[in-house]
Amino acid sequence: MYVIRQWSTRHAGMLETLYLGLSPALFKLLVLLSQVTGERLDGVITWLEKILKGLLFDCRMCGECVLSSTGMTCPMNCPKQIRNGPCGGVRVDGCCEVKPQMPCVWVAAWEGSQRMRHGQRIEELRFAVDRGRTGTSSWLALARTDPLERKL
Amino acid sequence: MSVADRTARDHESARPADPGDPLPRLPGHVSRGRFERVLRAGHFAVTAEIAPPDSADPVEVAERVQLFDGVVDAVNATDGSGANCHMSSVAVCALLTRMGYSPIFQISCRDRNRIAIQGDILGAAAMGICSILSLSGDDVSVGDHPQAMPVFDLDSISLLETVRVMCNESRFLSGRKLTQAPALFPGSTINPFVPPYPQRVRQLRKKIEAGALFIQTQYCFDLERMRDFMRQVVDQGLAERCYILPGVGPLPSARTARWMRSNVPGVHIPDAVIARLEGSSNQREAGRQFCVEMIHALKELPGVSGVHVMAYRQEKHVAEMVRKSGVLGQRVPWYPQADAVEIAADFHTPDTPDTQPTAAQSI
Repeated sequence: MYVIRQWSTRHAGMLETLYLGLSPALFKLLVLLSQVTGERLDGVITWLEKILKGLLFDCRMCGECVLSSTGMTCPMNCPKQIRNGPCGGVRVDGCCEVKPQMPCVWVAAWEGSQRMRHGQRIEELRFAVDRGRTGTSSWLALARTDPLERKL
Repeated sequence: MSVADRTARDHESARPADPGDPLPRLPGHVSRGRFERVLRAGHFAVTAEIAPPDSADPVEVAERVQLFDGVVDAVNATDGSGANCHMSSVAVCALLTRMGYSPIFQISCRDRNRIAIQGDILGAAAMGICSILSLSGDDVSVGDHPQAMPVFDLDSISLLETVRVMCNESRFLSGRKLTQAPALFPGSTINPFVPPYPQRVRQLRKKIEAGALFIQTQYCFDLERMRDFMRQVVDQGLAERCYILPGVGPLPSARTARWMRSNVPGVHIPDAVIARLEGSSNQREAGRQFCVEMIHALKELPGVSGVHVMAYRQEKHVAEMVRKSGVLGQRVPWYPQADAVEIAADFHTPDTPDTQPTAAQSI
């Protein structure tokens, strides 16, 4: 849904604040759940992530979520799945060369990042996704990484 | 011939015995290619795009490349440009190195995954290819096979990083070691003529950080926008970190220009340019004249290291346009028959004054 996705980009700053505020407690809960129940709740958590992020960002469940670094805009919605955009085919009106009705994901990402405290993270280089993680939960992956290496 | 023999021979002669062999690697150079040498020597470089044939006949490649003899330093072999099917770019480049030319191997991320791309990079280096251009690629929907599966496993920046890992760390992305790392001069593209304009310079910075040492741009028909872009590039010190070659090309007519503007992704043509063509009695000639003027004007822009000529279906006019622009001065870029021309010139020197530039001044 372009409409909700665009709303999320316009409110990238608020979403970032919400994420940064809630995530420490939520990740503690996830870590705890993960320790107690093992992998038994993975299916439910993955489903929850898919529903929530799908609604807000048209999330494609790449398994390596970068929303907080890309202006709360999911780069996997780019038809070329570019993780370091934009490409050279953006139309004059800022829409996608492949889907003329869709605003370019990376134009939106740059706009969203301007509204965020850590917006400069959009300038970091990102290597292509590990396709083996498609469909898996980024939340669980984060909860299961070493807390010292965890980058929210 | 053993590797040791090859290395020994490379040190003896500036020109390889076999025209298909790369040149000896100079200090500070990352490749053994002629294109990198020309840029690092501070010359204004000219590259041109060759359209790979719809044919299995290598002679067609030879005929197309010979049109550029003596006016270009390197030839870009496109990789299914516009998502249309043609002879593969790696094969065109391999044919070109066998003839002695200096090709730029264009790799698009559209058709191959990281396994195929890394294999092609090794194969390309083994065939004497020294320069590589990383592109995301046009989507399959704009080409002649819209039924095809778009791959886009990597993007152009990830591809640059892949080249860096293979060349500098002598390994595949998986970590598995290479017994011989490729030595490639890596480049990529930038389109300063489409939104989001302020981000195009940042995109250039990202590409440089990912390893790009040269940049070829989309067609430049808007000098003012290019000037604005280059001013930012120079101000941020990026022109010292990579060589920038703006793209140029002749517009055949006002009608085609309009069609290109609305149908070719990423092409920006100002109204004034179209009006100029419409006001001319010979639009093809006017298009070429505009291109000549553009090449000449781009040379004057600070930070510009060369031009990249994309003369689709007008390849036979490239030599004339480059010569008219005067950007090469007295320099004649080396080409496989250049040595023969030089010998012929030596025979004629008693009778004819040496006013023509000869291949002796070439690299």
